[in-house]
Amino acid sequence: MSTLKTENLKQYLTPFNIVVGIILLLGGFVTILRFTKGLGAVTNLTDNYPWGLWISFDLLCGVALAAGGYTTSAACYVFGLKRFHSAVRPAILTAFLGYALVVFALHYDVGRPWRLPYPFFVQSGPTSVLFEVGLCVFLYLITLFIEWVPSALEWLGIRKPRDIIVKATLALTIFGVVLSTMHQSSLGALFLIAPSKMHPLWYSSYIPLFFFVSSIAAGLSMVIFESTLSHHYMHDKMDETYLKEHDGVTYGFAKGAAMVLVLYFFIKVVGLTLDNNWSYLLTGYGAWYLLELLGFVALPAFLYAIAVREKKLTLIRWTAVLTVLGIVLNRFNVSLVAFNWHLPPEMRYFPRWHEFVVSIFVVTIGLLVFRFIASRMPIFYEHPDFKEHEARELEEHELKPHPQTWGH
Amino acid sequence: MQRRTFLGLLGAAGIGAAVTKTAQAASVQHFEGYPDSYGVLFDATRCIGCRSCEAGCNQINGLPAPHKPFDDLSVLAKKRRTDAKTFTVVNRFDQIPGVAGAVFRKDQCQHCLEPACASACFVAAFTKTPQGAVIWDESVCVGCRYCMIACPFEIPTYEYNEPLTPRVMKCHMCHPHITSGKATVPGCVGACPTEALVYGKRTDLLAIARQRFAAFPDRYVNHIYGEREMGGTNWLYISGVPFRYIGLREDLGVTPAPELTSGALAAVPIISAAWPVLLTGIYAINKRRDKIAAEEKKQAVKEALAKAQAKAKEELDKALAKAEAEKKSAIEREVKKALEEAAKAQAEADKGQTEEGE
Repeated sequence: MSTLKTENLKQYLTPFNIVVGIILLLGGFVTILRFTKGLGAVTNLTDNYPWGLWISFDLLCGVALAAGGYTTSAACYVFGLKRFHSAVRPAILTAFLGYALVVFALHYDVGRPWRLPYPFFVQSGPTSVLFEVGLCVFLYLITLFIEWVPSALEWLGIRKPRDIIVKATLALTIFGVVLSTMHQSSLGALFLIAPSKMHPLWYSSYIPLFFFVSSIAAGLSMVIFESTLSHHYMHDKMDETYLKEHDGVTYGFAKGAAMVLVLYFFIKVVGLTLDNNWSYLLTGYGAWYLLELLGFVALPAFLYAIAVREKKLTLIRWTAVLTVLGIVLNRFNVSLVAFNWHLPPEMRYFPRWHEFVVSIFVVTIGLLVFRFIASRMPIFYEHPDFKEHEARELEEHELKPHPQTWGH
Repeated sequence: MQRRTFLGLLGAAGIGAAVTKTAQAASVQHFEGYPDSYGVLFDATRCIGCRSCEAGCNQINGLPAPHKPFDDLSVLAKKRRTDAKTFTVVNRFDQIPGVAGAVFRKDQCQHCLEPACASACFVAAFTKTPQGAVIWDESVCVGCRYCMIACPFEIPTYEYNEPLTPRVMKCHMCHPHITSGKATVPGCVGACPTEALVYGKRTDLLAIARQRFAAFPDRYVNHIYGEREMGGTNWLYISGVPFRYIGLREDLGVTPAPELTSGALAAVPIISAAWPVLLTGIYAINKRRDKIAAEEKKQAVKEALAKAQAKAKEELDKALAKAEAEKKSAIEREVKKALEEAAKAQAEADKGQTEEGE
């Protein structure tokens, strides 16, 4: 009896499970500390630094890196790039989990998390950029949930509601793009109200545009990055269509990302010129700014272009990582490095280890839920019972299109 | 503040939440503050840094006792800021060019005419009262701390050690105490022994400041800090040294904080109106392109088929005609051959007959 138990235990003691177990335990510990002792016990936040790692990483980076959802579905359904169809479901799932985790992480950061719906249901502050961000994220989370639901319904074999949602695909996609345009840009607009606290190199009246355009590059690169990982770890879940389209998706997205990064580079330079901030480039902050702009925007744009021309998949994958890191760097630069740059060094903020634990904890939960869903539901493959149906619908559609029928 | 609400925002996301005020995003009007609102004038030439105002504030608001008593002036050695237990602090500023001793300045909420905190709050927990104070409502605050990001004077503070009910703490110009009749002037003003603080109508305070400038032109810098800064504040400062030497930023500008975000917020309704049409248009164009491509393909196949059929028919006809011609010529040849043979036979027969006859 006891030997059986030990063997069972051994079976679960894989390196992956041990690491995940430690992260979950630490996360649980910090969670208890946060909700019994307050933010003061687990963060280095001060009255000068009310926003730290949880806002910079979990909110700003989390939302930007979840942009793959709207970019992929817009490319496929709005811009008619049907060859990206197999990439839509993984991207929607990632985006849905990403946004869900953003909201989850916010529960740690805000003082009274149960009041998060207050802006919409109790008292609204529509003059606040944060109100717009909150409303859009709230609505987009619901939209992403609805977009994801067909996967779950196919898994459960429920046809009727699934068919209704699939019919609404285009409407949902457009709604998602509208909401994403607004809140991706508004995350940058949050900082418009504090020009006196921001370093001029990162403060621009174009900051909403910078955040929006860079989110597209982030979204495209995240799709490439995630599909590389999924390929590695979930290969057996992928159907022929997914695998056949995969390289095309990678090339197509790399090409798109190259163009978006060039656009981003140009508008950043325009912002620099308009505010006549050239002289700051010679300072230490200027060197840091140039590293971000040249090393993490111009360089990946160039590498993507080369890799697409030379058909080098490996280079594309590494460039995707570089781009993602660049977006993370930008969000940190805006919210932590440029913010409060006027304060003396001893008053600047650096996260406490508890803060890192919570951020890693949140990402780990995301990975586990993604794995749970993707290994059960039709994410990387088309459900055999629904495949035919979808194909027939597609054919009908092409033969006699009429405005009331949305989709594909 | 209340004048600046942006209707479109809600229409933006397709939700008709209750907004009843007029949108003035593109307005050229300038808000001069509520008429007859009250404020405080601080005169740095009169402040002696005794911390009595801190004690008065602490007492009237029932705040926790500080680590060091208020008569201990050693705390002035280090620059302090407001915190969750302190609504106001006095700081000492040394080594000012051309000044022998130290200059002191009291810091607290400036009570902006159009407050950044109120503009930034997504539950509208802050209110600019017609009496002048900016007050905060605990019953709706979520604790997001965006007000602290937004405030250019670095005033709102937060109870970081409260796990579940943290409050945003800041000076309210004793608004609750004055409205309830507990006090007639803010606690700090009542406690000041040197009349460095004057409580009164903002318009009167501006006049008093100017009178002092006129009476002692050599004693003052001819500027009232707060008259225009960040669109104007109800707390005003006059000083004998430039304001940057007593910790007041001179680079804040005169733009009220709400205007800094009004442009970005104005883009929201436009996006929500234009994007769906634009995206549906793009969808329709692509759809049509696909449809035309499909039709052209169908047409091309049809044409190619017809062409091939025509060509095949032509070839068949040609072949048939050729065969016919060949058949005809063969018959003709046969007939000709037969006739020739017949003629030959005839000729031979005739020849024989002639030979027989000889």
